[in-house]
Amino acid sequence: MEALLKILEELHPEIDFDSHEHLIDEKVLDSFDIITLIAEINDEYDVAIPAHEIIPENFNSAKALYSLIERLQDED
Amino acid sequence: MKKKKIISIVIVILVITSIAVLLQKLLMPKYMTQIVEGALIKEYYYEKLKDHDVMFIGDCEVYENFSPITLWEEYGITSYIRGGAQQLVWHSYYLLEDTLKYEKPDVVVFSVLAMMYNEPQREAYNRMNIDGLPLSLTKINAARASMLPEEDLITYVFPLLRYHSRWSELSSEDYRYWLRRDQISHNGYLMRVDVKPAGRLPTPRLLDDYRFGETAYKYLDKITELCKKNGIELVLIKAPSLYPHWYEEWDQQMVDYAEKNGLLYINMLDDIDKIGLDFEMDTYDAGLHLNLSGAEKASRYFGNILKSRFNIPDKRNDEKLKAIWQEKADYYYKMEQEQYRELEEYGYLLKFNMKRNEENKIKP
Amino acid sequence: MLFTSYSFIFFLCILISLYYLIPKRLQWKFLLLGSFVFYFFSGWSNLLYILVTIISTYFTGLKIDDLNRKQNAYLKENKGQITKEERKLYKEKIKAKQWKLLLICLIFNLGILAVVKYTNFAIANINSVLSMFRMTELSFVNLILPMGISFYTFKTMGYIIDVYRGKYEPERNIGKLALFVSFFPQLIQGPISRYDDLSKSLYQEHSFDSQTFSYGFQRVLWGYFKKLVVADRIVAAVLTITRNPDIYDGVYVFVGMVFYAIQLYADFTGGIDITIGVAQMLGIEVKENFIRPYFSKSIVEYWRRWHITMGTWFRDYIFYPLSVCKPMLNLSKASRNRFGDKIGKRVPVYLATMMVWFTTGIWHGSSWNFIVWGLLNGVVILISQELEPLYAKFHQKVKIGDTFGFRLFRVIRTFLLMSSLRILDCYRDVGISFKMFFTMFTKPDIRVLFDGSLLKLGLDASDYVVLIIGVIVLLTFSLIQRKGSVREMLSYNSAVLRYSIYIILFFSVLIFGAYGIGFDSNQFIYNQF
Repeated sequence: MEALLKILEELHPEIDFDSHEHLIDEKVLDSFDIITLIAEINDEYDVAIPAHEIIPENFNSAKALYSLIERLQDED
Repeated sequence: MKKKKIISIVIVILVITSIAVLLQKLLMPKYMTQIVEGALIKEYYYEKLKDHDVMFIGDCEVYENFSPITLWEEYGITSYIRGGAQQLVWHSYYLLEDTLKYEKPDVVVFSVLAMMYNEPQREAYNRMNIDGLPLSLTKINAARASMLPEEDLITYVFPLLRYHSRWSELSSEDYRYWLRRDQISHNGYLMRVDVKPAGRLPTPRLLDDYRFGETAYKYLDKITELCKKNGIELVLIKAPSLYPHWYEEWDQQMVDYAEKNGLLYINMLDDIDKIGLDFEMDTYDAGLHLNLSGAEKASRYFGNILKSRFNIPDKRNDEKLKAIWQEKADYYYKMEQEQYRELEEYGYLLKFNMKRNEENKIKP
Repeated sequence: MLFTSYSFIFFLCILISLYYLIPKRLQWKFLLLGSFVFYFFSGWSNLLYILVTIISTYFTGLKIDDLNRKQNAYLKENKGQITKEERKLYKEKIKAKQWKLLLICLIFNLGILAVVKYTNFAIANINSVLSMFRMTELSFVNLILPMGISFYTFKTMGYIIDVYRGKYEPERNIGKLALFVSFFPQLIQGPISRYDDLSKSLYQEHSFDSQTFSYGFQRVLWGYFKKLVVADRIVAAVLTITRNPDIYDGVYVFVGMVFYAIQLYADFTGGIDITIGVAQMLGIEVKENFIRPYFSKSIVEYWRRWHITMGTWFRDYIFYPLSVCKPMLNLSKASRNRFGDKIGKRVPVYLATMMVWFTTGIWHGSSWNFIVWGLLNGVVILISQELEPLYAKFHQKVKIGDTFGFRLFRVIRTFLLMSSLRILDCYRDVGISFKMFFTMFTKPDIRVLFDGSLLKLGLDASDYVVLIIGVIVLLTFSLIQRKGSVREMLSYNSAVLRYSIYIILFFSVLIFGAYGIGFDSNQFIYNQF
């Protein structure tokens, strides 16, 4: 989780990712951010987030994103 | 609640219909000046007593060359000309079909010049010959027979769809004649008193094929049949206009057709001397159409044939008819006088030269 | 059958009346029949194309689902008997089979689209190479592009990918799938609906609801207003300018560019209004495709608000899969190791963006104009992405604030930017497009705007009056719409006012619409006989 937050903060230093719950709905993260994010997550956690998992529910908060990562790691 | 809803729907429909009707009347061309022949077809339906001995159908060779007033005054024959600008054979057929809903004449006279056309020529002429008909199956069939590929049947049912774009060119004429019309013809005859002598006519072009087209014949057959079915005598006539040229070969086809069907065919071009026509004096556009004096001469001649051949009784002693025709004659002579006055004052007729510079240019 | 033809209106009247008269359980079947009739009228061979696509998509969907069932049954049966490794292996085997099926289906249907749409474009390009070497050129093939093929092909592709991804189960009734693919209001110009959106209301039974029906009718009327009064009228000037680049350069190019923006907006959004309205009259909900795009403050925002269903299609089915696929992630890693974080990070973004915009371009039309147009869009988006931090810094230093003036400036800037890219849409080839674009700056003779030259472009003064009023109406409508649905706002007003507005709208379309013979035929000379 720490590492994820670090990645996110690097993208948008002005956002408090601990508490923000509408990253997609409020257009904080755009599609460029998302694919950068996915590349870095792939680096950090060694999971590939497939395209069909790119839905608002999975990216709206750092927490949701982290649980997605955990789920994908689990599936491996 | 439900009742209220139905009432409001009815009101909305009524409002929409009346606006549409008013707009349609405003936007349709009035043909009250310049191209007055556009108003001819509709004018028939304003006629109070639709009962005539003789009915003319055809193009400008009938509505410019024969005068029903003369036929009445000379022979006591009642007649009406259902002519239209470049009326084609199928136009004539459907016009006759529609006319027969109102009356049954003794004789129908068809001008054969239109036989030269086997296809619709221009949208404008379709509109001028069909728009004036009241909405009926006949009108729909007339439109179907006449339409060019770019036309839509629905525009004959709702002419507003055709003329909507005239909003930008509405003139005072459109407002003046929004809800009423002037009478522009004399039982379908369009009067012109001006003179333009026929000079040298162009040499007629040689044609590849002199045979009239299949469609033209098909509708001529239909006219013949319709007359036969209704016990009406059909007369084919070539009016004494010098141009367009009436070829020998065309004449022969009509002679043959008349013979085959037991009809009377008269080519008045053969009798110009007998009629007494002088093309220095009796035409207003160098031989295409006769003017008033020419038309009266032609009517006198043709009336005599009608009378002797078909025994049409003289009705000049019928009191009711006398009154009606007196009124018509008064208007006729009034217009004649007016036209002579205009000629003297301006050198040309006002009605036909509203925009001298833009002569004969229209966008119906 | 075009939306603006009498036959379409006739078709619609009959279809809608019968739709509410027949038993409700038959409604969707009747719609399917209607859609096929609609499609049939545009040529029976079109029907063949769409049937092939429907059938291939249907069976691929079923087959993919069969494999899912087989997998579930196998795993259930052998629960506890196989190791996690074996389980994973089995799943991968199934997935690989499904992937193969998906690929065949996609290549097949995309192949049809590619052949009918791009064969002649390819031949033209091959020919220009051949002619360089003075070799005999190939002759063009005579292929008719089936109506709406780009739209329905994309619809089926989205559907089959979603089935593969397990987003939803495939449609088991081939008739229902056929209706989803061929639903007639969407056939001509989309929107590219998703199966899970459209199917919600498409197969339901609908009883006549006067509220929904009149909303739909109003929407249709509004669409016709945009199309007939504005788009089909202004098109005369657009064509005069863009078809004669030798005569009309400089300021004319600017005029043409703005006029084209108006035409395209009125035509496209008007068409979509008719689509959505017709569907609504049938009780079916179709997703919006535009959210006042010309009010966008940036190009990225513009593409979120213009032709939305196409944008999201490319995002979900091309951009994301492309940028997160294994090779791309590996490339990203490699480039970061090689060029450092800053540049390396951008490689996948750049690559995916340009690929998406290339496909977007070529999807719009088979010519270099569209390809260059697409790529330029990508470039502009990437540049603005790069400049964002710079903007932020600038705004920190210079306090402009979010004033109305600044917002307006951004809106106009975006509008002009998008309009100038669209110049490529208008001219014969890429070279002329660029040349004309530059004449705007080299020949800025603004007298053209005031000396009556604009009246010689095929529009007369009365046309301009209609257009100006039309554009003002569109603009006002959009401005009000920002605060909510205009129809709902109107519904608070008296019925008389409401009906008056609708009646006026109806007659404006009828009278001021640019349709019929009287409009496009030139004045003709009357020869008197």
